[in-house]
Amino acid sequence: MSISQAPGLTAHVAGIGFWTRGLPSWAAAREYALNGTQPTDAPARPSPQLLPANERRRAPETVAIALEVAMAACESAAREPASLPSVFASTHGELAITDYMCATLAADPRTLSPTKFHNSVHNAAAGYWTIGTGAMQPANAISAYTASFAQGLIEALMQLRDDADAVLLVAYDGQAFGPLARMAPSEGLLGGALVLSREGAGPRLHARLVPASTQPPANAPLSRFASANAMAPMLPLFDVLARGEGTAILPAGAAHDLLVEVTP
Amino acid sequence: MAPLAIRACTATSAVGPGREALAQALRDGRSGLRRNDFGDQAASAGRLDCWIGRVDGLESVELPTSLMPWDSRNNRLAWLALGQDGMREAIEAAIARHGAERVAVIVGTSTSSIGSTETAYTALEDGEFADEFARPHVHTPHSLGEFVQQATGISGPCITVATACSSSAKVFAQAARMIAAGLADAALVGGVDTLCGSVLFGFNSLQLVASEPCRPFDAARNGLSLGEAGGFALLERATDGDTGLQLRGYGESSDAHHMSSPHPEGLGARLAMRDALARAGIDAAEVGYLNLHGTATPANDSIEAAAVASLFPDALHASSTKGWTGHTLGAAGIVESTVALIALERGELPGMLGSFTPDPACGPQIRFASQRADIRYAMNNSFGFGGNNCSLVFGRA
Repeated sequence: MSISQAPGLTAHVAGIGFWTRGLPSWAAAREYALNGTQPTDAPARPSPQLLPANERRRAPETVAIALEVAMAACESAAREPASLPSVFASTHGELAITDYMCATLAADPRTLSPTKFHNSVHNAAAGYWTIGTGAMQPANAISAYTASFAQGLIEALMQLRDDADAVLLVAYDGQAFGPLARMAPSEGLLGGALVLSREGAGPRLHARLVPASTQPPANAPLSRFASANAMAPMLPLFDVLARGEGTAILPAGAAHDLLVEVTP
Repeated sequence: MAPLAIRACTATSAVGPGREALAQALRDGRSGLRRNDFGDQAASAGRLDCWIGRVDGLESVELPTSLMPWDSRNNRLAWLALGQDGMREAIEAAIARHGAERVAVIVGTSTSSIGSTETAYTALEDGEFADEFARPHVHTPHSLGEFVQQATGISGPCITVATACSSSAKVFAQAARMIAAGLADAALVGGVDTLCGSVLFGFNSLQLVASEPCRPFDAARNGLSLGEAGGFALLERATDGDTGLQLRGYGESSDAHHMSSPHPEGLGARLAMRDALARAGIDAAEVGYLNLHGTATPANDSIEAAAVASLFPDALHASSTKGWTGHTLGAAGIVESTVALIALERGELPGMLGSFTPDPACGPQIRFASQRADIRYAMNNSFGFGGNNCSLVFGRA
């Protein structure tokens, strides 16, 4: 079977969550994408209500933003979070903890913090999400460099095709830290989440792999707004979702792009 | 689910390179664990007093020049593992049959090449990575997936799954979905994890590391032994007339309980096992061997044993093989699936190594002695931090 004959994957976008510094909700992001206006009182950090108050400030930033956008997507889809299998995609995971681990190991390895260690796993956000919501459904956590979002979307759509009625996709990256920052660059904090369902309300999404092509840099408003974050490759889809229809081409690996068409 | 043919399968661990070394060690009761002799960076603080499953010879593995940008201990182990049991030939045959872009790479790891990042931090120059360490594609979780793709010429979807110690079991589930959805015709799955400061001192900080070789399910067990390993399996849609090993079912779940402690009633583990049996369309009584997660921590083993006892009849032969390899973290799924496939193929069901005193909290399914028996189905359990669980069912065509 050649690539052009490869079947597509479809879903309804039942709910959307979004957070970045300056645009702290999907409503704010959509408003910015359509009208260019920004809220004046945006918080510097997400404050996910899923975590107890004392943990909210201590949680790694990538965990905080993942929980924030995941909950927002579930609320806008009116879906019970515990009922959804989930896919978490992040290019680098929590770089502040990677920097902490490597710096501590170089200086005094026996002082390594056990909490930081268990928070260092790539599936930390998935773990806190399932614990916080009581979700015993499967949770996946993946990385695929610039293809992380597209491969996360594919995995979520495949679960939907397999046996799930609805699936939660969460994508995020945070601020690079320390000497590692030049190796794994990422600026700011960016997260997006989609609740994808087989049936029901919401724009229809159709995705298929196409041969990779050289794309001009994404030029739509959200793509420009957070272009230096490692999860920026997801932004063309959110620009399309803000308009309500259109086509996004997302990097999906060595040979492929993911062509995603959104119709009302 | 539609069965998937396993065209090739390999595992390299502390007991040696390839499946035959693993089968032989299981048969001989020869452990790969040794007293901790790992790492220079530990020298200043003193090495941890523990036993490890270290793979010999990784320091002298030389990658081809084209792969040097991805050079790391983890990717060297991937390279070593890819060279065993006809894996390269099987990959080339799959590429020839389907085209490189119709083959996927889905591999699991918990720490990927972080050992290289740790080393870079011990030799910073003016606060920056020295030139020899400044290779960006090594210092990120997808280092493993990208390396395997580069090393094999596969150009289909390429994903690194990082759900801690369930990673290289979950790759089978994701590959099954991808082949079923028609996005790939074959998938190279597997996983690689290597010893590094992060896991040695990290598990030590959680007080989960034993000072003696681990003793899974022993009444006096007191922690795990860390190991490193790598392995791969090549999956394809099964066709009429196939003979050989198959993936028949998978089950995934979350504990929804704690980041680093299992659910006290093993609910997540039970869900994963039940779901795997349901996808395979078989009864629990049809399973002949179950490779347990069995880390040898006090909490894990009794909880897993109770979950097993709640689902399976007394006749099940279940064991943990971590006494041979140590806990190989993100590689545990592929290594222990390989053990389950050896049991299925050869009728050699391993017992446990280092374990002598049964824990009264564990049921009759938990076996210390090896056994010979022809079996129809074998299973593997892999559970990870974050309460992330996966069970797999294997059968024969």
